[in-house]
Amino acid sequence: MILIETKGRSVSSHWHKQRGRVICHIQLFMATRVFLLILLLLSSATSIFSLYEDQVGLMDWHQQYIGKVKHAVFHTQKTGRKRVLVSTEENVIASLDLRHGEIFWRHVLGTNDAIDGIDIALGKYVITLSSDGSILRAWNLPDGQMVWESFLRGPKHSKSSLMVLKTLKVDKDRVIIVSGKGCVHGVSSIDGEVLWTKDLAAESVEVQQVIPLHDSDKIYAVGFSGLTQFHAYEINAMNGELLKHETADFSGGFVGELALVSSETLVALDTTRSILVTVSFRNGKINFHQTYISSLVKDSTGIAMILPSTLTGMFTLKINTLKLIIRVTGEDQLELVEKFDHATVVSDVLSISEDKEAFAVVQHGGIKIHLQVKLSDDWNSDLVKESIEMDQQRGLVHKVFINNYIRTDRSHGFRALIVMEDHSLLLLQQGKIVWNREDALASIIDVTTSELPVDKAVSVAKGEHNLIDWLKGHILKLKGTLMLASPEDVVAIQAIRLKSSEKSKLTRDHNGFRKLLIVLTKAGKIFALHSGDGRVVWSLLLPSLRKSKVCDCPTGLNLYQWQVPHHHAMDQNPSVLVVGKCGYSSNAPAVLSFVDTYTGKELNSLDLGHSVAQIIPLPFTDSTEQRLHLLVDADRRVHLYPRTPEARTIFQQEFSNIYWYSVEADNSIIKGHVIKRTCIGEVADDFCFESGDLWSIVFPLESEKIIATGSRKSNEVVHTQAKVTSDQDVMYKYISKNLLFVATVSPKASVGIGSADPEEASLFAYLIDTVTGRILHRMTHHGAQGPVHAVFSENWVVYHYFNLRAHRFEMSVIEIYDQSRAENKDVWKLVVGKHNLTAPVSSYSRPEVVTKSQSYFFTHSVKAMAVTLTAKGITSKQLLIGTIGDQVLALDKRFVDPRRTVNPSQAEKEEGIIPLTDFLPIIPQSYVTHALKVEGLRSIVTVPAKLESTTLVFAYGMDLFFTQLAPSRTYDSLTEDFSYALLLITIIALVAAIFVTWILSERKELQDKWR
Amino acid sequence: MKKLPLFAFFFTLLFLSSSAFDSDELLLDDEEFGIEGRAQPAQPQVKPHEPATTRSTTTTTRKRLSDSDSDSKIQFSLEHAFGDSDFTPAGTFSARLKTASHGGQMKQLESYYYNTGSLNEETLKLTKLRISRNQFLGVEKEKFEKLLQDDDFYRIRLPSNPLSPPGRDYIISSVKARCLPQEGLDEHFVIHMEGANILAVNYGAFGACSYPRQLKLPAKWSFNSHTVLKNPEQAQRAPIFAEDILGGENVEGEVLPPPERSFWAKYWMYLIPLGLIVMNAITQAMNLPEEQAAGQSGGQGQQPAAAIQRGASSAVRRR
Repeated sequence: MILIETKGRSVSSHWHKQRGRVICHIQLFMATRVFLLILLLLSSATSIFSLYEDQVGLMDWHQQYIGKVKHAVFHTQKTGRKRVLVSTEENVIASLDLRHGEIFWRHVLGTNDAIDGIDIALGKYVITLSSDGSILRAWNLPDGQMVWESFLRGPKHSKSSLMVLKTLKVDKDRVIIVSGKGCVHGVSSIDGEVLWTKDLAAESVEVQQVIPLHDSDKIYAVGFSGLTQFHAYEINAMNGELLKHETADFSGGFVGELALVSSETLVALDTTRSILVTVSFRNGKINFHQTYISSLVKDSTGIAMILPSTLTGMFTLKINTLKLIIRVTGEDQLELVEKFDHATVVSDVLSISEDKEAFAVVQHGGIKIHLQVKLSDDWNSDLVKESIEMDQQRGLVHKVFINNYIRTDRSHGFRALIVMEDHSLLLLQQGKIVWNREDALASIIDVTTSELPVDKAVSVAKGEHNLIDWLKGHILKLKGTLMLASPEDVVAIQAIRLKSSEKSKLTRDHNGFRKLLIVLTKAGKIFALHSGDGRVVWSLLLPSLRKSKVCDCPTGLNLYQWQVPHHHAMDQNPSVLVVGKCGYSSNAPAVLSFVDTYTGKELNSLDLGHSVAQIIPLPFTDSTEQRLHLLVDADRRVHLYPRTPEARTIFQQEFSNIYWYSVEADNSIIKGHVIKRTCIGEVADDFCFESGDLWSIVFPLESEKIIATGSRKSNEVVHTQAKVTSDQDVMYKYISKNLLFVATVSPKASVGIGSADPEEASLFAYLIDTVTGRILHRMTHHGAQGPVHAVFSENWVVYHYFNLRAHRFEMSVIEIYDQSRAENKDVWKLVVGKHNLTAPVSSYSRPEVVTKSQSYFFTHSVKAMAVTLTAKGITSKQLLIGTIGDQVLALDKRFVDPRRTVNPSQAEKEEGIIPLTDFLPIIPQSYVTHALKVEGLRSIVTVPAKLESTTLVFAYGMDLFFTQLAPSRTYDSLTEDFSYALLLITIIALVAAIFVTWILSERKELQDKWR
Repeated sequence: MKKLPLFAFFFTLLFLSSSAFDSDELLLDDEEFGIEGRAQPAQPQVKPHEPATTRSTTTTTRKRLSDSDSDSKIQFSLEHAFGDSDFTPAGTFSARLKTASHGGQMKQLESYYYNTGSLNEETLKLTKLRISRNQFLGVEKEKFEKLLQDDDFYRIRLPSNPLSPPGRDYIISSVKARCLPQEGLDEHFVIHMEGANILAVNYGAFGACSYPRQLKLPAKWSFNSHTVLKNPEQAQRAPIFAEDILGGENVEGEVLPPPERSFWAKYWMYLIPLGLIVMNAITQAMNLPEEQAAGQSGGQGQQPAAAIQRGASSAVRRR
């Protein structure tokens, strides 16, 4: 994103420092060619990444999550496996083992398919209602297979609810009552057939609640029409017959939620939110009764809200930060039972026997939480009173669900499932945390990596316990390689490999495989995961990203490496910068937070007075190795961080070389900016700068809409600038950090596949220099449309789109080469010095570039794309494609080479050019995720290891997956299963043989002499 | 039939362009190429549909010819700004607005150049772009000199829709002022078009602008403008393999002998060590007389003498 015009020079500086070296490089090209040839011979033409069955889990790990739980239903009645069914905010339904918290089965619904309700019907089906009450599905309880699915239609959007009638038994079919989209439906639970539909929206009634009547087939549907009219419908649940319809007017009007107190009493708020209205509709008569809130509580200023609850005879009212439990006694008398602070959570009611119902209350007290289970008709009865120590990093309790069981002494026991502020899920029983799940990891926003501490006391013996163990292990391995191992030995070998303590150490390793993955989640919690085994090293619920009085809905945005110490790596800890903002609007104030990555402590946090629209990490660091960052706010002002005089001096030296761009996707405008001067404002601020527009590209709205952009990763290293083709020619890559790929489509084609005809859809691909706004390349794909996924690396970009004419997905590649350096082929020119390789590159020169492109069909649609990154950029590249099946596929870059021809010549074959095909091959062995799925895959992150051949891949979505990849195999290290013992034994045998033959020859010589 | 010689002409132009660097290359992708102060390029001969009526332009931004609705002339203004100053008029672009119609020879020509596969009937197009650039007047000259001093930006802007300026927004482009002065003020416009809309303008020096930029005042204060209109090129389709691949395989059967490689390509690995040995020998031969000279003037100090001796002995050993 940051564009330093003159820095083009530094990319190539190593290459043209000295003339002599250039010659070496020419030699190097040739040498690499020879080397490639040898490689080609060695690896028998196919370099497919794949692994053996016993290698699974050695380098990779996989974790499954579900997200923040919304609803939970327990299934514990029958003997057998006890489970809890949950639906989450990430649109997941899952069945969890109640004993360990593991997932039995799980389904991820689409991103637009939010779950409204979950219940169990017939004791064997899980019923879910989703998409605003329009899709009803039944899943088999034991294995999660879908049994049936029904689509419910309605005229308009309204509140939706799901209810399985418990008491009705008609041919053992239980009717499911669904209200949503303005209608009430009765659905058979056996096959999902819609038995009846009552369109209440036609009578302009908005259904608020459906109430079952005990021991009868009847239900009540209550709602409002307009603000003031209250309606109650009595409906036969079997056939949908309308039995009674009553209305009554209440002049005060209604607002917000209705609370059901008993089957015939409701409580609502009037429009002023100061009066509680008790509605009772007994025997066909509707009565209203008003009670002022101020008569119940003294301090009743503030907005009152009725919270949804199912407590019998009681309801919960929220005023400011207070939660009030109010009981309805008699007909319409209200009585305040209890006052809680806002952090207290009340569960739904659970019937524990014929006439008894219980509910749970969870309160915070210091480092502990207090769980009480009470009978609903007696507030002072405490069936359970437990205090549990809680990790402070989990924040407040957000939800509680309870379940009962019979203890060994035949009394009632309770277990509670609680959902915390950090989205974690815990099961409490007998005052202990039975298990917990860190489900915040299902909603990762951003990832960065941090190095582990340098091992201060280096001891090799730490990993291997002693020499005998070490030898034993190697002899076992030797047995394995010589196929002498018994089955038990094989198991032992596998166990040794899997639990190798080497990979999970908390220190830096020589190869750079061990790292900390720092992830920021939607919950505002930061986790540090160890790359070796994926365990959580530390976690921190950021105070600045927690809901507070100042900020109602803080959101995390990005993570950046703030300080990466190299000079003082032994005594300074690296830290990351977390950028968040308060609220969702574009001019919401920004929040910064600095977190130490070794200790997981927040070092500092700043509430900024300005908003944040863009964050630009600059390639400069100050003396303490803190990276300079620019924050661009909504008014296009630029703020420099850290706010130190030193940072300002560094920044001012590079002032005129800083350019950046902004993409207004909705407006289809791309603009380039430059810093002009310090801000002129009321308060003098030395760290604030005004910006000016340098260039703009205005796409005509009627024909083009921006749908994808892509640029090179700032930390990418390009090893060689030149590419030697088969005919001894050199092509110079156009390597600029300032290139931006933009894809636009016709507005009609931007909605989804099928929305436009091939004639009216086209896709435009652009390569733009972001310093000058120059369009270096512009290309049309007629009859193509989005969604577009693009990846930019070195001098090429690969993008994926849909071809409407061919009815297939396609991938195109654009490679861009620099012509201005093309004359530097002659060796003598280089020797004499008549070349322009040492000249600094300026974006203001007229570029002489040539592009090569080619398109290929690709079978899958794509969710994410990335490219492998290695430390020096020597290793060949692989594209990592997140497929629609939530897997990650590695595709060699050679397959998307624009120079592929139908019949490559011998020389081209030697160079590694694959014969042209219309399809990109999908080789099953090249799935990086092998048999696993990364459910809900959102992004793939690649990080270089210190070892050149290896790159670390982290794919995340609902699940996390981490592995190591070697796109050109591990040519620079011995494989992990290399048998040192075999080598040792061979050497010993050889030495012994030498000695024996020496002695023998001596003897023979002696004998010869005696003869 | 008629087109054939025409194409041949263009191909010759193409080849010519590859040999001469300066201006001909632009013709490859140029719609129109006008250089002020030079002779009119030869395009009018090529385009057979050149309308006979060319009206002298007036100050109104757009003039349509009444008799011909498929071809009309428009004008739009170029504005400039010095650093952060406001935009002021700096010149006018004049261009021919063409309504592409199906079947015409012109259309075929166009599709030949730009590969525009499916043109709508109503496609509007600008061709024959020409610029008349205002000279820098007194104040402007001063301002520009100031820009040169400060190494600041010279900015220009165009309307995004030349038919109804400014359209949605102005298209801005800028360049460091120090890039422009050569002999005169050399500038280069590449205007990217989408139908009749201007999408972007790339403004800059005609040639290279090397960094660090040197302060240099132009000898002549007149603009030497080059303009290029660009339309998108069509992407290559994904290759579709049909029966012709079988035909291709027959060709593959006869293996082509690899091309004879040059002497250098064959024997570089022998030549380089040889060269190194020769170089080594030469340096030694050069060192020998020096050594003697140094030996004669010895006694200046122990250190250098010892060093030379060491060097000599090592040379001897190497031999």
